[in-house]
Amino acid sequence: MYPHTHHQTNQPILDVTHLNFRYNGRNALEDITFHLHEGERIAVVGPNGAGKSTLFKVVAGVLQPTSGEVNIFGTRPNKHVCIGYIPQRSHVDWNFPVTVADVVMMGRSAKLGPFNWPRKKDWEFVHHALETVELSNLASRQISQLSGGQQQRMFIARALAQESELMLMDEPLTGLDTPAQEGILSLLDRLKQEKVTVMVATHDLDQAASHFDRIMLLNHRIVAFGEPPVVMQTNNLIKAYGGRMKVDSEGAMLMDDCCDEEENDHLH
Amino acid sequence: MTTFIDWLAAPLQYEFMQRGMIAAVLVGIVCAVVGTFVVLRGMAFFGDALAHTILPGIALGYLVSGGAREPLFWWALGTAIVASLGIGAISKNSQIKEDTAIGIIFAGMFALGIALISTGRSYAVDLSHFLFGDVLSVSTQSLWLILIFGGLVLLVIFAFYKEFTTISFDPVLAATLRLPVDLLNNLLLVLIAVTVAVSLQTVGVALMVAMLVTPAATAYLLTNRLPRMMFLAAMFASLSGVIGLYLSYYLSIASGAAIVLTATFFFVVAFVGKRTRGI
Repeated sequence: MYPHTHHQTNQPILDVTHLNFRYNGRNALEDITFHLHEGERIAVVGPNGAGKSTLFKVVAGVLQPTSGEVNIFGTRPNKHVCIGYIPQRSHVDWNFPVTVADVVMMGRSAKLGPFNWPRKKDWEFVHHALETVELSNLASRQISQLSGGQQQRMFIARALAQESELMLMDEPLTGLDTPAQEGILSLLDRLKQEKVTVMVATHDLDQAASHFDRIMLLNHRIVAFGEPPVVMQTNNLIKAYGGRMKVDSEGAMLMDDCCDEEENDHLH
Repeated sequence: MTTFIDWLAAPLQYEFMQRGMIAAVLVGIVCAVVGTFVVLRGMAFFGDALAHTILPGIALGYLVSGGAREPLFWWALGTAIVASLGIGAISKNSQIKEDTAIGIIFAGMFALGIALISTGRSYAVDLSHFLFGDVLSVSTQSLWLILIFGGLVLLVIFAFYKEFTTISFDPVLAATLRLPVDLLNNLLLVLIAVTVAVSLQTVGVALMVAMLVTPAATAYLLTNRLPRMMFLAAMFASLSGVIGLYLSYYLSIASGAAIVLTATFFFVVAFVGKRTRGI
């Protein structure tokens, strides 16, 4: 019922070639080609409606590409259960009657298989994941009682319990105060040590430049992709953001500040 | 004290009251547990529409079998399953908005059902039984059907508890875990369909949605844990069944209406109680 594919470790963790995705007669994603190395941290930056969430959903195998290929360790994403998708907080029903531990345990559903209830080993995974994100003391809280940063960390714990090797995080920093953002960013450092590959959609160009190995500048197409100093050039930013960019003597200033939801409503 | 016990025992000397009580409790438990997912997924309108949509099926069975009640369960079951999957497919693939599409189908099918029943001779009486239920005419055989199919529904929910919870809370997670999301969604629709068929005699098609939604919503006000919500909902539903039948007996009001009114009363008390205790 639930697939378990062995990874060909000589293949890149994520390999995307000539990916196109059409939605409602528009090209949401056009000719996307890139690959990631294991343990890399990628920031995906671009204006609203640039296709960031769509890219993540296609990579996760939740949406099927119109053309082109996505491969995870050499095979199609829908053969893998190792891709953790961390939703935008605004897309979650926080009044759902579940505890933090319940949500993290949901990440084990695939490994458990049908008809099985969680075993000791699964609870150990859950507790370990909660320890990693420093939420152990809140395990039995109902999820609406968490702060924004704690909610985000809970979903990272869920992806850990899922044994994700590739985590896709949709705007995890949006709407968090600075300490909470710092908490998430230091958690990303810990994930790097565990060889988890991370793609993060973000609006914050400074954070993208200071905390990530490479930056993908996306506006339906890849405008630029590489190490921060190479990508964060004014001409690239103007290409990505167009009129929503103001350029002054000190460099570029971003006029676009988050967060209409239009690009995310394919799947609800 | 003895008078109160006499008061409680008096209706139970009738076998039809005993059967009615058992039916109301069984149906209440099944509706409440399934209804938990109906409430959490916002499917109340779907449940209401589904119940109404099965009327032509029941009507056809009623005309074919010449007024006998027993075969109607199977007609209701068949129609409910077909209708649930049909409505599920329409709401997914339609260009028209989901609730509009469901509204059109459900009213059309309901009208067809009334038209069919109106060709029969004892039109008004039979129609009112289908619309509002008639738990006091439940036969032993019907009781067995309720027990078997209701038990089956609970068993499937128990078996797929974690899958149903996951697809209800986060469909994208379910997809990345490669759970068979479409299959599970359809399975849940079928479970609601079976529940509707099982509850037909107790509350009828017009009041069905109350059994699916009201006890589960009451429980939702009182707890934020899913297993506890299911348990409390089942408790409120079966209690409503029993109290409703006593009300029906002593006040001579229609049984289905009495059960639903009791369940509604519980909801109002929980709602007001929660408000006055402060938020």
